[in-house]
Amino acid sequence: MNCCIPTISTRATRSPLNNLNTGNTMSSIKIKLHQQDIDKLKEVCASFNNDAGELINVLHKAQGIFGYLPAEVQEIISKELNVPLAKVYGVVTFYSFFTMIPKGKHPISICTGTACYVRGAEKVLDEFKKNLNIKVGETTADGKFSLSCLRCVGACGLAPVVLVGEKTYGRVAPDMVKEILAEYKD
Amino acid sequence: MADTVKIHIDGIPVEVIKGTSILDAAKTVNVKIPTLCHHEDLCVAGNCRVCVVEVEGRKNLVASCAAPVEEGMMIKTTTAKVRRARTDLISLLVSEHNTQCTTCYRSTNCELQALASEYNVDSERYLSVLKPNLQIDKSSYSIEKDDSKCVRCQRCVRTCAELQHVNAIDVAHKGRDMKISTFMDLPMNDVVCVNCGQCVTHCPTGALTERRYYHEIWEAIGDPDKHVVINTAPSVRVALGEMLGYPVGTRVTGKMVNALKKIGFDSVLDTDFTADLTIMEEGHEFLQRVTKALKYGEKVALPMITSCSPGWVKFIEHMYPEHLDHLSTCKSPQQMFGSLVKTFYAEKIGVDPSKIVSVAAMPCAAKKFEANRPEMKSSGYQDVDAGLTTREIGHMIKQSGLDFVNLPDMDYDSYMGESSGAAVIFGATGGVMEAALRTVYEVVTGREVPFKNLAITPVRGLEGIKEAAVKLENVLPAFDFLEGVEVKVAIAHGLRNARTIMDQIKAGTSPYHFIEVMACPGGCIGGGGQPIPTTDEIRKKRIAAIYAEDEGMPVRKSHEVPEIKMIYEQFLHEPLGHKSHELLHTHYIKRKRY
Repeated sequence: MNCCIPTISTRATRSPLNNLNTGNTMSSIKIKLHQQDIDKLKEVCASFNNDAGELINVLHKAQGIFGYLPAEVQEIISKELNVPLAKVYGVVTFYSFFTMIPKGKHPISICTGTACYVRGAEKVLDEFKKNLNIKVGETTADGKFSLSCLRCVGACGLAPVVLVGEKTYGRVAPDMVKEILAEYKD
Repeated sequence: MADTVKIHIDGIPVEVIKGTSILDAAKTVNVKIPTLCHHEDLCVAGNCRVCVVEVEGRKNLVASCAAPVEEGMMIKTTTAKVRRARTDLISLLVSEHNTQCTTCYRSTNCELQALASEYNVDSERYLSVLKPNLQIDKSSYSIEKDDSKCVRCQRCVRTCAELQHVNAIDVAHKGRDMKISTFMDLPMNDVVCVNCGQCVTHCPTGALTERRYYHEIWEAIGDPDKHVVINTAPSVRVALGEMLGYPVGTRVTGKMVNALKKIGFDSVLDTDFTADLTIMEEGHEFLQRVTKALKYGEKVALPMITSCSPGWVKFIEHMYPEHLDHLSTCKSPQQMFGSLVKTFYAEKIGVDPSKIVSVAAMPCAAKKFEANRPEMKSSGYQDVDAGLTTREIGHMIKQSGLDFVNLPDMDYDSYMGESSGAAVIFGATGGVMEAALRTVYEVVTGREVPFKNLAITPVRGLEGIKEAAVKLENVLPAFDFLEGVEVKVAIAHGLRNARTIMDQIKAGTSPYHFIEVMACPGGCIGGGGQPIPTTDEIRKKRIAAIYAEDEGMPVRKSHEVPEIKMIYEQFLHEPLGHKSHELLHTHYIKRKRY
């Protein structure tokens, strides 16, 4: 009888069970962190006395160092602060400020605040999604662009507003999207 | 006398100690308030709000599990407003629940199903918002996680954190995306889960269940080419009855044996036999370590810790991998049984071991993982083909159509069906220690342990960590170095308490020689494979049944069991001998904590 050999799927260690609402597709790639960044992160933990109660502050600083919070960074923090991994993950996924996906070289933010929205921000956003072939919160496979939404940059007179890195574009229409992206071709 | 508070619940005057919750106060006067996220083993969460009640003078309804009583409170538990609110809450839970109750393993034992039926919830009230395509995590040998049946009450999360200090699962994401998740949503077999199954016994629905193997066992039983052997663990016999119409704490040993034979197992044997064998091996291992340490001044790992509980073993492998040498090298009784069934037993009855299917009836979820550990193949085959829970055995008996209650008692088959009272107490926290002391004391001194009726009471009971000391006096000449030595032992159950014990060892402050650890609160009688629910009241009744079973046994000490003597004479030759090492001992694996 072969009854007792469970049919167990051989998944890659980092492959999440389902990505339905986790949005962590990028984190399934094993990442090698730079030693100097790891040291820096450990210093940050030490500066908070490795206190478990400082988890959010440490995560905040860690995202400052790495730009995002991949599994490997969460593992170091878990160990340094002696906080269970599942708990670290729970906090990271709870706050929208934290991200487990690295931002692109040129992060694109589209304002979907009221003024921009009524002046067609959604159509602009759709055009970016179509051109880059990614969803909000994702990064292109070449790591060049990432897409996010924000609410009001205080330039409602220029609505709809798009930010690419530090640069601001005003009165953006869907047919301008290709031109804007072309500026970052290199 | 502590401060008390006087209140009225549904017009009944109640006086309770200050700080008591409304829910607990209501219980004292037999007013039943429905609950879902509440479990008496766990801290109060107050997140499901099913237990709301009306308090006179307050605009909003109050969650009775989380609200302490206040002087003069007038509480009403069944007003129209309360019933409307509860019906709404339950309807909302049902609207995001996978209500395929007819095919659910927990059907008729599900708290949500019971509430929905009690409140006659109308399924049309809210449209189903169940997320499509939720996959069941079947990666683990022991536990299945089905998010489509999760009500997000977080009893599992609290169990894993508070009772077990494992923290394999926690709450992730928020709002409508909130779910109970492992780190990075990894499969359950890829995280620090120790498979204890306490989350399963604390889950109100079918979201967390044990992985079932009984379909395959039915197939094997039906195959005339197979010789299917089952061995039943000590605590199955004191809990199985709960699934078959008996009150908690009823012993059904003889009926269980009969039922399993009628189901078609070719041989029904007793895990207690290898529990006795464990005592022989582990007792001598302990004496060997003590001899090395005290007589020859060698450096050995003391305290020695028991290794019967596979949840505990995986816990120490993950959390304290640098201290694995403290674990006894003895396999658990289940695994000893497996390796002997396909060697000694096969030889005795003249069956080809490749045709033997060895099944273990266990109170445990972790035993399933243990059976599948790659190193557990000392017989040349997978030693244990399947570990079934008490619940699965209960289901099999129901499926068999047997009139369980009216079955006459039957005895276990031979070989490996004989055992002592010392083995049956393995099922309760402190039992392994008591059994070991009964034998070790006698080996060293030649006399019985100095406790009335062999009941070593200091190691019994539900206290989280128990301690005892036994002074060795007038020892036999071979053990003269132990004269006057006070053997200090400790017992921990529930991994939270095991952590305390391990932190002492880590810090080098552990005062003990020998420690028993069981992963589950109460020991195996409260195991992750036992009938649901389990509470302290139920644990106490099952424990009482275990000790009653012990007292009724003709042999009470492991080394006096005739079949145990026989297996050493004919097959193993001596404890810790060559054959024992080959078949009955094992090694451990360092696992990742992070």
